[in-house]
Amino acid sequence: MAQGTVIPTEAMTGPIVGRSLWADARTRLVRNRAALVSMIWLAFMALICIVGPEITGHSYDRIYTEYTRIPPSMTAYPKEDQITPAVERIGSRLRAKPEQIEVTGDTLRATFVGPRAIDERSLAFFERSDMFGAARVTERAEEGRRLTVEAPIERRYFFFGTDTNGRDLLTRTLFAGRISLSIGLLATFVAIVIGVIYGSVSGYLGGRVDLVMMRFVDVLYSLPFIFFVIMLVVFFGRNFVLMFIAVGAVEWLDMARIVRGQTLSIKRQEYVQAAEALGVDTRGILRRHVIPNTLGPVVVYMTLLVPRVILLESFLSFLGLGVQEPMTSWGVLISDGARNIQGAAYMLVFPSIFLVSTLFALNFIGDGLRDALDPKDR
Amino acid sequence: MIPFILRRFLSALPTLLLIVTISFFLIRVAPGGPFDLEQPLEAKVMENLRRIYKLDRPLIEQYWLYLSSLLRGDFGPSFYFRDFTIGDLFARGLPVSMTLGSLALLVAVLIGGTLGTIAAFRQNSWADYVVSGFGTMGLTIPNFVVAPIFQIVFGLMLAWFPVGGWNDGAVRAIVLPVVVLALPQIAVVARMIRASMIEALRSNHIRTLRSLGLPTSVIVRHALRAASLPVVSYLGPAAAALLTGSVVVETIFALPGVGRYFVEGALNRDYTLVMGTVVMVAVFIMFFNLLVDILYALIDPRVRYE
Amino acid sequence: MSTWFKRMAIAAVATVAFTGLAAAQVVYNRGNDADPETLDPHKTSTTYESHILRDMLEGLMIYDAAGKVVPGVAEKHEISDDGTKYRFTLRSNAKWSNGDPVKASDFEFSLRRIMDPATGAKYANILYPIKNAEKINKSQGAKPEELGVKAVDDRTLEITLERPTPYFLELLTHQTGLPVHPASVQKSGSDFVKPGSYVSNGAYVLKEFVPNSQIRLEKNPNFHDAANVKIDVVVFQPQKDLAATARRFEAGELHSTSDFPADQTKALRQRLGDQVRTSPRLGFYYVALNTSKEHLKDARVRQALSMVIDRELISDAVWGGTMLPAYSIVPPGIGNYKEPAFADFKEMSPIEREDKAKELLKQAGFGPGKPLKVQLRYNTTDNNKNTVVQIADDWKRIGVETSFINTDAKTHFAVLRDTNDYEAARAGWIGDYSDPQNFLFLLESDNKGFNYAKYNNPEFDALMKKAAAEQNLDKRADILKQAEALAMKDMPYIPVLYYGNNNLVSNKLKGWVDNVTGAHPTRFMSITQ
Repeated sequence: MAQGTVIPTEAMTGPIVGRSLWADARTRLVRNRAALVSMIWLAFMALICIVGPEITGHSYDRIYTEYTRIPPSMTAYPKEDQITPAVERIGSRLRAKPEQIEVTGDTLRATFVGPRAIDERSLAFFERSDMFGAARVTERAEEGRRLTVEAPIERRYFFFGTDTNGRDLLTRTLFAGRISLSIGLLATFVAIVIGVIYGSVSGYLGGRVDLVMMRFVDVLYSLPFIFFVIMLVVFFGRNFVLMFIAVGAVEWLDMARIVRGQTLSIKRQEYVQAAEALGVDTRGILRRHVIPNTLGPVVVYMTLLVPRVILLESFLSFLGLGVQEPMTSWGVLISDGARNIQGAAYMLVFPSIFLVSTLFALNFIGDGLRDALDPKDR
Repeated sequence: MIPFILRRFLSALPTLLLIVTISFFLIRVAPGGPFDLEQPLEAKVMENLRRIYKLDRPLIEQYWLYLSSLLRGDFGPSFYFRDFTIGDLFARGLPVSMTLGSLALLVAVLIGGTLGTIAAFRQNSWADYVVSGFGTMGLTIPNFVVAPIFQIVFGLMLAWFPVGGWNDGAVRAIVLPVVVLALPQIAVVARMIRASMIEALRSNHIRTLRSLGLPTSVIVRHALRAASLPVVSYLGPAAAALLTGSVVVETIFALPGVGRYFVEGALNRDYTLVMGTVVMVAVFIMFFNLLVDILYALIDPRVRYE
Repeated sequence: MSTWFKRMAIAAVATVAFTGLAAAQVVYNRGNDADPETLDPHKTSTTYESHILRDMLEGLMIYDAAGKVVPGVAEKHEISDDGTKYRFTLRSNAKWSNGDPVKASDFEFSLRRIMDPATGAKYANILYPIKNAEKINKSQGAKPEELGVKAVDDRTLEITLERPTPYFLELLTHQTGLPVHPASVQKSGSDFVKPGSYVSNGAYVLKEFVPNSQIRLEKNPNFHDAANVKIDVVVFQPQKDLAATARRFEAGELHSTSDFPADQTKALRQRLGDQVRTSPRLGFYYVALNTSKEHLKDARVRQALSMVIDRELISDAVWGGTMLPAYSIVPPGIGNYKEPAFADFKEMSPIEREDKAKELLKQAGFGPGKPLKVQLRYNTTDNNKNTVVQIADDWKRIGVETSFINTDAKTHFAVLRDTNDYEAARAGWIGDYSDPQNFLFLLESDNKGFNYAKYNNPEFDALMKKAAAEQNLDKRADILKQAEALAMKDMPYIPVLYYGNNNLVSNKLKGWVDNVTGAHPTRFMSITQ
């Protein structure tokens, strides 16, 4: 198998692929506007998911304790009405009451009055809060019982709001995209590698081998899929990558059938028979002639399988069997959001837009590819 | 035809056996057992429980016991629902899931078929785009998002339907779950019908009919017949999945179907329940695959099974 | 295919006819956490089973609407001076739903039945204070007939205890102490729980049990207080999806629920007002630290990990204030106790705690260069996830690196119980009765099942033993408090929150009184239109 896994990649990039067919398909794909827009969108999506989390200014696992479940906003936090309560909270930790609270630009000026001298070390609470920077005492009076301090206000943007733990949802949504997309690609890749090899071998060898191999596929078909996945989660719960390799290992059945069907017809072509007559061994024929010629339907199927895997992952998240914290995926975010739909709908809306538009794009690309590769349309 | 069906029945048996074997051992490998609580049971109590449920026997003997009771049509007692046997649970749950599933299937075929046909006849018109947009939508939005939205809009805001509950299958109670179940299927059926319909319309056979100036309704009927083949082969497994229930829909709408037993059975380590569900679903899948093959022969006279 | 369709049609017609006839009945649609495993009280173990069983069966002692222990079938009881003999006098008008009188021998039968290992009762250990109970249940040479329960005559029952047990009367309110009807158990065996054959002595009788849908109970006309039972039908409905259940409540389909999504408390309050009920409950939510692991052996490390957790924030942000910050193992407000032994950092400010924690870690040999790494296990629920994320963030501030493992509940507890393959793990405990012993016993070194921390401190064990032998409640409380203080110093369990009761209760439902036990017998409630 280890050697086998190399085959399709090599075949896809190698010069063996019939140029005219692919060039032809490419022109037609580009002419399909929906598919073209979808490809651009998908590339854009992949790009922002890869780059985005680094430039939003937040880390995907950074918790802002003072900003839990805040709604999305185009203007910066803290809002006017959040400052006074925050200062009061700090005041209670200083064991003092804030008397005057003034905000000028990005600077806070507050005067605290306490029954006893205020411990200035506790001013560190300003720095610890998510709203202010380090505080500086500008005035001491009444033997330290009256303290005027200045602290810079730290402006932060949460364009998508924050989650229950106070983490930036924009960053998390983008970060989740990385996970969801890579899960989709990984599982699909595994499914295709297994499916293509299995299907082409079965179809090419034919006869009794074919019968037994396809019988096995039939058995797996009848095995309820959810059961399999749940058992996989129970076993591999700790390792999500491994799990999706396993999912891919289940999802290859359709692929194997498709490739087998293709192989059966390719096998009768003259060039294959010629190669056989020349004494090329089975592996060589499969590599050089059979597999490259089955790639059309494989690629189409791939664009449909990626969304399926991503949706499957979100289904698992709904059951509470999703990715491990602090990682996240679109499925996890959406199932969180679906539960909070009445209190904090934004937690559902933004990740949903990302997921749905991505799946949309993949579907359109799949349709476009099918049309482009359709031999009848040539 | 009859020998073909008989042969399929016979070949289903080894398949079933293999499935039962795989899942029997798989579920028993999972950590934790059916009677485990957070607290450990007294050794003696646990021993008794295991004896009552025959879990104290060697695994291979349990396997034989299970197989032989299965042959008698007995799925055994449930380990979680201790007042019920698996047979009881299915007798109550299956009618619920099958009612919902068959209605959803019906809705999907009728609406999906109509939409797909319209789209095919008006290829590249706005109607076509609406259908394909709607179709993709139905496929891409997870049902655990659609279900709560429906509950809020139609249950709470408009108060047309109850938010949840089975109410002995009252029509009002099953509308929302049926629609949620049907949505993705409508989408798939519409897309498939559209694609195969376009192909059928291009075929010589339909072109001839068209050139003869036959009314559209006749053409639609002929085209649908040709276009329904791929849909039928899709609907086989889809029907098996729909009729055996959906864990998401049944959980959110609080319905007593069998779809939840998979997940609940696996999470509770209710071995017999999981096994029963596996067998049930496998039987459904095989039955519908057979049905597809038979339908194929009926729709397409060229297909013959000797 | 056609038969089930026909059956459905008949069922539908029957329902319509039935609801038409029964329009005048008062029906209480009651949400419940889950379906019971069984309705055989002796084989149950959970609170959601107790809600149903409490409505069907009446024990010697019961909880009233406010969760106080009051006489049930036993109208009177006398306790011997040494506290080991209880003599109950049964009501003369107590009847089973088939008309049989409830006799003392029924309780004798029931208590012997639950202790008999052949029954396979999961929770028999609750009643181990009864003489010989433990020996019978563990098959250590005592026969069920030797149980310290004796029916003197039809209306007099005598229970002898191993040792004085101040919370014994409350123990009898637990579902394990409920009676079963001997004749039907002997006749139908385990089938006596089926609707139609279930004979019960409480306010309601079982009419229907549809898994994943409903359990329908109807008023028992033979119940001794039937005249005061105002609700005719209770329909228990299991709730799996809490958000969907809250919507069903909002639509008026449920009169009460047994839980709600705590992280949405604020939004729920806005929509439902004071129908959102929260009250403290006897239980605590904690992180167990496996003291047998090299890096968690040092009590200073455990203290540091506990100290730095911002419980107030978790309580507020994750649980919407429905669970309260915990600084002790025993929740405040418990019976037979005084103020719990709080952790000594309770009054320290967050900054002081953080500095102290860093110092403790440093003393224990951890610091930059050699960070403490902890693996935190939890069973998957939304709020557990949000809680552990917050805890890990607090730990990060003192340089602790946390990784997570989440699994389904069965796997989670199987790992904690049977393996040593964990470092830190979230867990929770809800008291079965209002007594500190029911919390502190978790940490006894021979409590193999629950002592997830593998805590082994002979001094602690000695104190627990001493408390068990102490008859003076005041002195006993002091000893138990010493034990708790010791545990809070060693910190094998990090208490994070005290549990709360979260219910949505319709304004139409009268007689629901929030209380720490979480018991709300339907017979004390009524519904206004």
